Amino acid sequence: MIPAAFEYVRADSVDAALSALTEYGDEAKLLAGGHSLLPLMKLRLAAPSVLVDVGRLDDLRYINDAGDYIAIGALTRHRDLETSSLLASAAPLLAHAAGHVGDPQVRHRGTIGGSLAHADPASDLPAVALAMGATIVATGPNGTREIAASEFYTGFLESALAPDELLTEIRIPKLDTQGWSFQKFNRRAQDWAIVGVATVRANGSTGVGLVNMGSTPLLASAVMNAVKSGANAADAAALANEGTEAQSDINASSEYREHLARVLVRRSLEESGLS
Amino acid sequence: MKITVTVNGVERSGDVEPRTLLVHFLRDELDLTGTNIGCDTSSCGACTIHVEGQSAKSCTMLAAQADGLELTTIEGLANGDILHPMQRCFQENHGLQCGYCTPGMVMAAISLLDENPNPSETDVRIGLEGNLCRCTGYHNIVKSVLACAAESNGASR
Ligand SMILES: Cc1cc2nc3c(=O)[nH]c(=O)nc-3n(C[C@H](O)[C@H](O)[C@H](O)COP(=O)(O)OP(=O)(O)OC[C@H]3O[C@@H](n4cnc5c(N)ncnc54)[C@H](O)[C@@H]3O)c2cc1C
Ligand code: FES
Ligand code: FES
Repeated sequence: MIPAAFEYVRADSVDAALSALTEYGDEAKLLAGGHSLLPLMKLRLAAPSVLVDVGRLDDLRYINDAGDYIAIGALTRHRDLETSSLLASAAPLLAHAAGHVGDPQVRHRGTIGGSLAHADPASDLPAVALAMGATIVATGPNGTREIAASEFYTGFLESALAPDELLTEIRIPKLDTQGWSFQKFNRRAQDWAIVGVATVRANGSTGVGLVNMGSTPLLASAVMNAVKSGANAADAAALANEGTEAQSDINASSEYREHLARVLVRRSLEESGLS
Repeated sequence: MKITVTVNGVERSGDVEPRTLLVHFLRDELDLTGTNIGCDTSSCGACTIHVEGQSAKSCTMLAAQADGLELTTIEGLANGDILHPMQRCFQENHGLQCGYCTPGMVMAAISLLDENPNPSETDVRIGLEGNLCRCTGYHNIVKSVLACAAESNGASR
């Protein structure tokens, strides 16, 4: 399958990417690793008329210790996250989850910025960003702004990014992690999660992100509040579906997804050390 | 648009439409038909090549994205009649049946051993999760990769 025709522009700097977005407006789409966008274009589910390739912006490919937080450039690939010794010690949940995205070939090309910006509720890293209380840095014609991960997801495949903005950095707070867990339920190894749960217990609170339990990546707020007020893992996990709207599809009915969410949240809380 | 890539050590140029997939450029323009296409959904891995030394699905990249990069395809492995050790291990361990998935399997397996020279059987199975074999000959594929790992570890000791 071959995508519909488009014009291709390779950006050699953030500024060049921003001017291309301003110039082409709604017609343009950014291309990072291409591992969400190109499959959609091949199936003609997406047909942008201009692609602005930011895949070569190597100055946005980094994982740095910035004091209070870990700064990750948007073009950092899943494989970089998976093998980073800094993340292994400072954000093991993220490194581990990145190692479970798709398959090795996908992880060699796909980027964290593309994963977060694509806003697919079935993706793994948005749930991790939510659980860890990450901050997303967007750069536009008027400079940069910070968006809390919890404010970032606005609808199915929709985010708070403006069409003329580039996601440039992800900031992961340095947490004093007591425990973490990533639960991904799927039938075939390389697949997206039917349901997934990312949990981190740190600095006296618990963050729980849900994969594929609604039209956006979600925080399991009811579970988090219950844990905060002293509930045990089983009681908190019983609230896993509050505020979710799981869809039925070829892989699972919504009822089955709700069942999985309760089971996986419980396992996830227990694995992170909550009894 | 004009692009230039280094494929199997040789610089090759071509004039492509921006929408040309890398796999089509390799097969149709450069006549490197060893790289197969097995699906429309980026799932099967039959099209796996190395981009800058790492496995990648050439059906999920534009030829334009590869401009200026180093690529290796299955044709670049053997040295004349002498097979690459991974190719030989597939042959010796009957790691193929119809052979359709084999180029992609071999390319993925080489990348896997680059990253993990001493894998367990589970590591190999998980490391090849991006490659499907419709003949379902996974057992001997895994055996081939483990044999190749054992052989190169022996040689380097
Ligand atoms: C076979 C296969 C299996 C997969 N399995 C999984 C899985 O199990 N879990 C999972 O989470 N993901 C999975 N993925 C998706 C993969 O993780 C993608 O790499 C990722 O979702 C998108 O990153 P990308 O860099 O490829 O983005 P692209 O495809 O290049 O872009 C995706 C979208 O984000 C936009 N975008 C990209 N970068 C930026 C930026 N810096 N600023 C603003 N907008 C931007 C693009 O315009 C586009 O709309 C899979 C993909 C494949 C092909
Ligand atoms: S043809 Fe590329 S993954 Fe199937
Ligand atoms: S040997 Fe036939 S598809 Fe793998």
